[in-house]
Amino acid sequence: MAILSKEEAQAILTKVLSYSKADECEVTLNGRTGGNVRSARNAISTAGAVDNVSLAVESRFGKRSGVATCNEFDEATLRRCVQRAEEIARLAPESPEYVPYLGAQKYLAPSPAAFAAATANITPDYRAQQTAASMKLCEQKKLSSAGFLNDEAGFIAKRNSKGLEAYQQITNLEYSVTVRTPDGTGSGYATADYNDASKFDAARLTQIAADKAAASVGAKAIEPGKYTVILEPAALVANTDASLLAALMNALDARNADEGRSFLSKKGGGNRKGEKLFDERVTIYSDPLNAEIPTLTFSGDGRPQQKMTWIEKGVVKNLYTTRFWAQKAGIPDIPRPGGWIMEGGTQSVQDMIKGTEKGILVTRLWYIRPVDPQTLLYTGLTRDGTFYIENGKIKHPVKNFRFNESPIIMLNNLEAIGKPQRVGGNLVPPLKIRDFTFTSLSDAV
Amino acid sequence: MKRRDFVGLSALAAGAVFLPNFPGFGGTLVTPERLLESVMDAAVNKRLADAALNAAKSAGASYADVRIGRYLNQSIFTREKQVQNIQSGESFGAGVRVLANGTWGFAATNTVTEAGLAKAAQLAVQIAKANSKVQKEQVKLAPVKGHGEVSWKTPIQQNAFEVPIAQKVELLLAANAKALDNGANFVNSSLFQINEQKYFASTDGSYIDQDVHRIWPTFDVTAIDRASGKFRTRQALSAPMGMGYEYMTPKAAGKIAGPAGTGLVGYKDSYDILEDAALAAKQAKEKITAKSVVPGKYDLVLDPNHLGLTIHESVGHPTELDRVLGYEANYAGTSFATLEWRAKKQPYGSKLVNIVADKLQPGSLGAVGYDDEGVKTKKWDIIKDGVLVDYQKIRDQAAMVGQNESDGCCYADSWSSVQFQRMPNVSLQPGKAKLSVDEMIKNVDKGIYIAGRGSFSIDQQRYNSQFGGTVFYAINKGKIDGMLEDVAYQTNTLEFWNSCAAICDESDYRLFGSFFDGKGQPSQVSAVSHGSATTRFNGVNVINTARKIG
Repeated sequence: MAILSKEEAQAILTKVLSYSKADECEVTLNGRTGGNVRSARNAISTAGAVDNVSLAVESRFGKRSGVATCNEFDEATLRRCVQRAEEIARLAPESPEYVPYLGAQKYLAPSPAAFAAATANITPDYRAQQTAASMKLCEQKKLSSAGFLNDEAGFIAKRNSKGLEAYQQITNLEYSVTVRTPDGTGSGYATADYNDASKFDAARLTQIAADKAAASVGAKAIEPGKYTVILEPAALVANTDASLLAALMNALDARNADEGRSFLSKKGGGNRKGEKLFDERVTIYSDPLNAEIPTLTFSGDGRPQQKMTWIEKGVVKNLYTTRFWAQKAGIPDIPRPGGWIMEGGTQSVQDMIKGTEKGILVTRLWYIRPVDPQTLLYTGLTRDGTFYIENGKIKHPVKNFRFNESPIIMLNNLEAIGKPQRVGGNLVPPLKIRDFTFTSLSDAV
Repeated sequence: MKRRDFVGLSALAAGAVFLPNFPGFGGTLVTPERLLESVMDAAVNKRLADAALNAAKSAGASYADVRIGRYLNQSIFTREKQVQNIQSGESFGAGVRVLANGTWGFAATNTVTEAGLAKAAQLAVQIAKANSKVQKEQVKLAPVKGHGEVSWKTPIQQNAFEVPIAQKVELLLAANAKALDNGANFVNSSLFQINEQKYFASTDGSYIDQDVHRIWPTFDVTAIDRASGKFRTRQALSAPMGMGYEYMTPKAAGKIAGPAGTGLVGYKDSYDILEDAALAAKQAKEKITAKSVVPGKYDLVLDPNHLGLTIHESVGHPTELDRVLGYEANYAGTSFATLEWRAKKQPYGSKLVNIVADKLQPGSLGAVGYDDEGVKTKKWDIIKDGVLVDYQKIRDQAAMVGQNESDGCCYADSWSSVQFQRMPNVSLQPGKAKLSVDEMIKNVDKGIYIAGRGSFSIDQQRYNSQFGGTVFYAINKGKIDGMLEDVAYQTNTLEFWNSCAAICDESDYRLFGSFFDGKGQPSQVSAVSHGSATTRFNGVNVINTARKIG
């Protein structure tokens, strides 16, 4: 029963709400079905499947709240779940951050591209075939692949006693592959994600990683320091690790800024919304209806998601916030976006390489960790394909570097912006950055 | 009802969920009472397990194991004077792993009946047979003699789940009050508790009943200077432990004084959260005006509450055999410590460096009687006198390195996750000669003392690392000489361990821990401890991390 229709889901939610004796009650159904295959050394290592629907009931008495969940849907279980949430609510302390539930909301009609039948209908055979195609390509080239394929189809439905009603289905497929040379001296990486699995071709992605692996053999050491870099989209956003651009987006929280513990906090109090903090070519927005990265049209707490500009021509335009903080601070009530889009140009990575006199091409960054929240300084390393560019051409592979850099500084040192590509549910352009700070060398391949 | 009334009335209450997105443990949220119910009966579990094993064999499995698991967790989150969130969770089900046609298959179910487990076993065999069509090499399992019916339990004194939530909330809020009273602007505190009730059975003839407990109190204190816009944080110096609630009762014998001039206290097998919160607030404020470090080479004196993380990243992970062999290449990476590298007997560290793996260590997060594929746990050498002598292995890896015995390192974070190789407790042995931390510092001319985890990052083969810390003190001509800021050290694993120049003795030895160590795709977490005494490393490259953002 993992993918319920709107009518089926709302029928369950309406029934559950009818059992409520609380002052306020909000119920959420969340269902997903999918599977995964993991491979390494050109062989499948593990495979799994998931299929589940769960119900969460939040009951409130005054400013007290309790939550209970269940994943069985007979009447007795549903009644018990409501009863449990109410028991917990009666025992809970009053929350000083209580805000009433939202009433009925107007949501944008979801993009039809958000849910693709091709993804929802994936079979174990399909996963095995895609993985086998990736492994075969590497075997033929005498390379070794390690990959991970994961697909999901799901829905979320909400309803509350104030009249709020929401429902949407969504699908996603992601694949990543690391290809290494048998002697361990070369490594390449590629990743992609889609709502629609019909766009996916494991062999095509593996070819990119394989080419990088083969080309990265014989890396030379060059001195760490400040370099012009071309950061590919996977080096700016990752779905397996922290990342520089995601760190910036994660920092656009109004409360942290107002409380004085963010790079957006202003000396003496207040926040830096409205200030130009980045190069004027930096514009980042979100749009749940974007055809390439369609997302949910409502947030977790039921607020409508709409097209929203976060940074425009280098100026911080909006910060997201909880409903409590919006009311307390008297600021716009904006939810955190599901995905975001950085505007770019039309240049491919190859075009950007052609226009580079001296620089370094970075495929992927790794083990990215915050060093200083005050300046949003992060550290991490290059990985799986790092190349030296000279006179518009890749001249040779280079050993990996450790960087210490802040996305704020980075987005003030912009040389060029390429064509955005989808990564981790966002649209991210490759960026050419001057004076990117590499602080040491790594022998890792 | 005011909070204090709630605390007074509710011995087992779950709280509001107004504030979002804390790390959860998975499973279904339940009333706390549910966590005290006993639903795992060994006799029933044996019958269920046999149903799974028989079904697997009938379907064509040459080997099968089944894990019936009840995973309980509770997390309490507070900030300043309020409770943010209390979650009590339970996850119950069974996972069946089989070998058929020399290939692994796995299936899990939350229908814990004989029919449900038999069905899962049949599905696991079906998956194994399907995957075997594209496999070239058959899995070779290291032999394990069946243990019969045995049991093991974390030797706790007080089950944290039996302690009223009210008492736990009261303690966290008291810690927050201590921080606020001592000058903190913000404080977040939390208490994580885990209980894994695991029943394992295999076609080797093992029926193993285990009850595993873990606990982690922690906080984060922030001090702000509005005029300059600067803010600094100081984390708790607790360690997550494989203990019960007794860890939360401070004992004088469990405290180890830090270096003279720092006021720091190290905590061994009990934790004084009130004392640590008060000191954290003072130190967070002090950090705002601390001297920015001058970059260069320093002799580092590293507290166990910092060094544990370095051990984890630069020894624990690179000696995982699955990484060495390439199974983790697409995610966390491989390892510099390849089989060929080890064969050369290249020094990993100075002769002082002796690092052991130990799944039996009392109080540690990784202590169990048997691993998740039924192997009796043990202690063994990883690095002896500075040389890498062994890896961490599970049953299907032993043959790959010419051995015939697993090290008992197999673990799954849930009944629904397939078990795979995870790190045991990996610890640096203390020095044999008597040496206190003050005596160690006396001999350092130009150095930095570091405590607490801070920022940490290491490359995918575990060579190049950068570590920060929570608090830093300058050491000048044998004495602590004020607090430093903006400190991080960059090093190469081999250079770092070869620069190890002195290790304090057993009396300074403590455990550090990692509660949510991630690995695998889909990612799983595990918890593991790392013990050490305060240790000195000579001539390490220190950078200054201060930047200007305009």
